[in-house]
Amino acid sequence: MAKLGMASGGELEHDIARVMNASEVTNLRRLSGGASRETWMLSADGSDYVMQRVRAGRPDGLGLEPQVLAAAHRAGVPVPELVVDGSESTELERPFMIVRAVQGESIARKIQRDEEFTEARGVLASQLGAAAARTHQISADEVSGLNQSDQLTMYRNVMDELGEPHPVFEIAFRWLDAHRPAHARQTLVHGDFRLGNVLVGSQGLAAVLDWELAHVGDPMEDLGWLCVRAWRFGGAHPVAGIGSYEQLFDAYESVSGVRPDFDAVRWWEVLGTLKWGIICINQATTHLRGISRSHELAAIGRRVCENEYDLIEYLTEMVK
Amino acid sequence: MTAPHDRPTASELLQAVKEWMEQDLMAGVDGRLAFHVRVAMNMLDIVDREITLGAPMEVRHEEVLRGLGVASDAELSLKIRMGEWDTAFLQLLEALRPVVEDKVRVANPKYLR
Repeated sequence: MAKLGMASGGELEHDIARVMNASEVTNLRRLSGGASRETWMLSADGSDYVMQRVRAGRPDGLGLEPQVLAAAHRAGVPVPELVVDGSESTELERPFMIVRAVQGESIARKIQRDEEFTEARGVLASQLGAAAARTHQISADEVSGLNQSDQLTMYRNVMDELGEPHPVFEIAFRWLDAHRPAHARQTLVHGDFRLGNVLVGSQGLAAVLDWELAHVGDPMEDLGWLCVRAWRFGGAHPVAGIGSYEQLFDAYESVSGVRPDFDAVRWWEVLGTLKWGIICINQATTHLRGISRSHELAAIGRRVCENEYDLIEYLTEMVK
Repeated sequence: MTAPHDRPTASELLQAVKEWMEQDLMAGVDGRLAFHVRVAMNMLDIVDREITLGAPMEVRHEEVLRGLGVASDAELSLKIRMGEWDTAFLQLLEALRPVVEDKVRVANPKYLR
């Protein structure tokens, strides 16, 4: 998975053992994490855990993620079990949370190709449908303070701030605004539900990760985002590149009693494609404005056109 | 080759760097660094394709914009946003398709269906 980083000097082990009420913490090692958080692996009293902590110098806390994770666990979604919610704590200097480690693979191309996931590939689309259905049974007010912003308006504002006009994206904005799904429910939405953010074992889905973008909205957003072409990682099938809409929808319906509306899912797929295109512009801009100079971010700028290309396909089909 | 420069051409220079990265640099790295080297090699390929294929693409982009009665993507975007194309999206998508395909052909040709 991620690359091993530096080990710690011993003080942090001691502090972690204290917040966990464990007699000893061993094998503490830092993984290369995201931009805003550190990720650490550790063992305590014979079990493995993962600690996430806000990076030094980052003003953003952990937000509501520990509470969302706990709510998902109660709803029966496979997630890492929350062990310590340190979002308000100063005991490890910065906000943190500790979860029980889950074994599994997150790298898409391994899940899609490796021999050991053959069985998993047959059931993953159904398991993702069931996990989404359980997530969407969590009511909008179970975790208070969640973002309820309209996604289309949010990305309209991001697009305008970036100042890089793309005609195909403007067509998508017009079409999406004129064809919003009617009678959408309002539930907890994961917000980044896709291959890459789930752990998969030989039997299939082991855990749904990365709940930091959870918000309140139309639950079909999660199903649409899952099927965006970028998250098929080159696979031929709509769900994570390996499964069908039928598998996804059947499992969703069997858990929730609600059959996803194909047109609503496709609407969210179009929005997801537009959104990923805008995020690509944003990543390149982060580099170009010198906020974080990185050739990797720069390269993502040339992926914007993949989304224009996909949007032309979607919209041509839908406008007809 | 562009006069008055000598060989290697710009494209040949890029390919020489890429071969060195592929054969020597990659052999000594793994994990995250290997991934970052692959990203860099990909970027050289993009630049190479843009140098090789770019000139007619620039002409085509200008022709398409002229055909749509605008001077720039920014102007066209504004008109779409004001609703001027609402009843002719299909026609507009067809007009823009070759331009977008050109962009993909340079950035990531494997992506084209």
